[in-house]
Amino acid sequence: MELRKAYFADERRDDLKEIGQSRPRSDAFGHVTGRTSFFADRTFAGTLHLKMVRSPHHHARIRSIDTSEAERHPGVVKILTAKDVPHNLYTILSLIQVGPEDEHVLAEEKVRWKGEAVVAVLAETPRAAFEGVAKVRIDYAPLPAVLDMEAALAPGAPIVNERHGGNYYHYDSGASRKVRLGDVADGFGRADHILEQTYASAPIEHAPTETTGCIVVPEGNERFTCYTNTQAMFFTLDNASIILQMPGHKLHMVGGTVGGGFGGKVDVIVEPIAILGAKLTGRPVSFIYGREEEMQISSPRAAERIVLKDGVTRDGRIVARQVHCYVDAGAYSRHSPYGTQKGAAHFPGPYTIPNVSIDSFCVYTNRTPSSAMRGFGVTIGDFALEVQMDKLARLIGMDPIEFRLINAYRDGDLKAHRQPTEGAALIECMQEASRVANWLIADRFFELSSRTRRD
Amino acid sequence: MAKVAIHFTLNGSEKAEFVESGTSLLDVLREKLADFSPKGGCLQGTCGACSVLIDGEIRLACLTLAETCEGCTIETAGGLAKDGVLHPLQIAFADGFATQCGFCTGGMIVASKALLDRNPAPSRADVIEAISGNVCRCTGYEPIIGAVLAAARANSTNKA
Repeated sequence: MELRKAYFADERRDDLKEIGQSRPRSDAFGHVTGRTSFFADRTFAGTLHLKMVRSPHHHARIRSIDTSEAERHPGVVKILTAKDVPHNLYTILSLIQVGPEDEHVLAEEKVRWKGEAVVAVLAETPRAAFEGVAKVRIDYAPLPAVLDMEAALAPGAPIVNERHGGNYYHYDSGASRKVRLGDVADGFGRADHILEQTYASAPIEHAPTETTGCIVVPEGNERFTCYTNTQAMFFTLDNASIILQMPGHKLHMVGGTVGGGFGGKVDVIVEPIAILGAKLTGRPVSFIYGREEEMQISSPRAAERIVLKDGVTRDGRIVARQVHCYVDAGAYSRHSPYGTQKGAAHFPGPYTIPNVSIDSFCVYTNRTPSSAMRGFGVTIGDFALEVQMDKLARLIGMDPIEFRLINAYRDGDLKAHRQPTEGAALIECMQEASRVANWLIADRFFELSSRTRRD
Repeated sequence: MAKVAIHFTLNGSEKAEFVESGTSLLDVLREKLADFSPKGGCLQGTCGACSVLIDGEIRLACLTLAETCEGCTIETAGGLAKDGVLHPLQIAFADGFATQCGFCTGGMIVASKALLDRNPAPSRADVIEAISGNVCRCTGYEPIIGAVLAAARANSTNKA
């Protein structure tokens, strides 16, 4: 591998001896010998198994919950409902000022998505726990469900999550996270062509080979060790502490090797209820998703709908870009208000456009809550932006790489969110890609640099 | 529930356990014998993370009843290194970045060993076929295919 430091204005001067050298992964020999310890690779005498009673409805009022038959089932040791959870209402990012709390650990009054946890059953064996789950009787009154974002935002739509008032997250900028630069109406007026396109994606499941889970061991002295495969140890500690109303020093979180995460193990779902179960029974508790739960219950990447409207001149300059981005959070916030905001900042992509208007909406529907996944908030946006760039290039009969080189951001360019560009290397990357791929572009495009100011 | 006595050989050492009828081999290996190298990824026979060799044949431990293993010879990824010396597959997986999160790795190596034991010089297509029952979400499979072929080459070099 060749390192071309000359591309980057702020690159360190000293030699980087490790870059370009092959080094063994520090965990490789543990993996190949089967010695690496994952959270479930341990056993404790007397462990109870936790299985969840889940909503069969997308949206319903809970009329009553009857656990009496389940409680009598052989092997069932403890049953937990909402009233057992000290602080049952939470939202994962509350400690970084993303509010309001909008999700119940165990459902109260309503269920808002098919699969929402309502009752936890702890039993001596997984089989007894499943049988106990089957004997919990819940009387639901089904409510009209909102299953796509257009229906959610339509006037008179049923309210998914009362904590938000409407079916969208309220930013301090209003119903959407807004970014404004210049005057898009003026920009469109000066464009030779205008192209408006809608891009949409479905939810995507991470499908890690190791399912989400934890094992909690009461250590005496009201202290609990939680072996977990979370990707977010401190979110887990903070949220468990809030939900259980227990000081952090009572909770010893032990993480380590994660058997595939991809963002799917960033939510705090299994740990608080398993710790509560261990606290109330005094026994170790194992709460591990089955494969079906991993696929159906764990948060996917959000579905998105992105409407891009661009004004472009004949000679290849994008003069205005308007973005309406809709992110399907599902029934609860989790990481989606944050991801939606990240998306708003990411538009209009790595291009310098003088007139920009962005509105990103975080929308609530009666679908599985979505959350983190590799580059969430920007990945689908990048797909939309780059497909749009190809379409714009075709529209004006220009080579798609030359078109991108004309519009690529350079050092010092003001981004739409008012931060100046630093350390840009998009032009150089595309020049090199053109060389490597034998993609012919005009010689004058090799004279461009990220470090020379735009005329 | 009545317990059943079973005896088998695990990675060269004799084991005897009383298990409840219907217990999977995976549960016995992990919970009674503390061999955590086979993993439970799906518990429905689709991911291959629990792959073990039973009398030299690749089997899914999550779908194998322990009581059917009476008198069998069982090998797992955890027993592949002998006296601290790694198997060529283990070296090739580590060197070739064929392991990332590590969760599928034991099953992948077991499936690959089953292949190399009967076909020391497999083609790329043979390797793909051999690991087609094992799911990996990290690597995209190419480094794994490369590692199995590298291990086969290393084996033939050592024997020459």
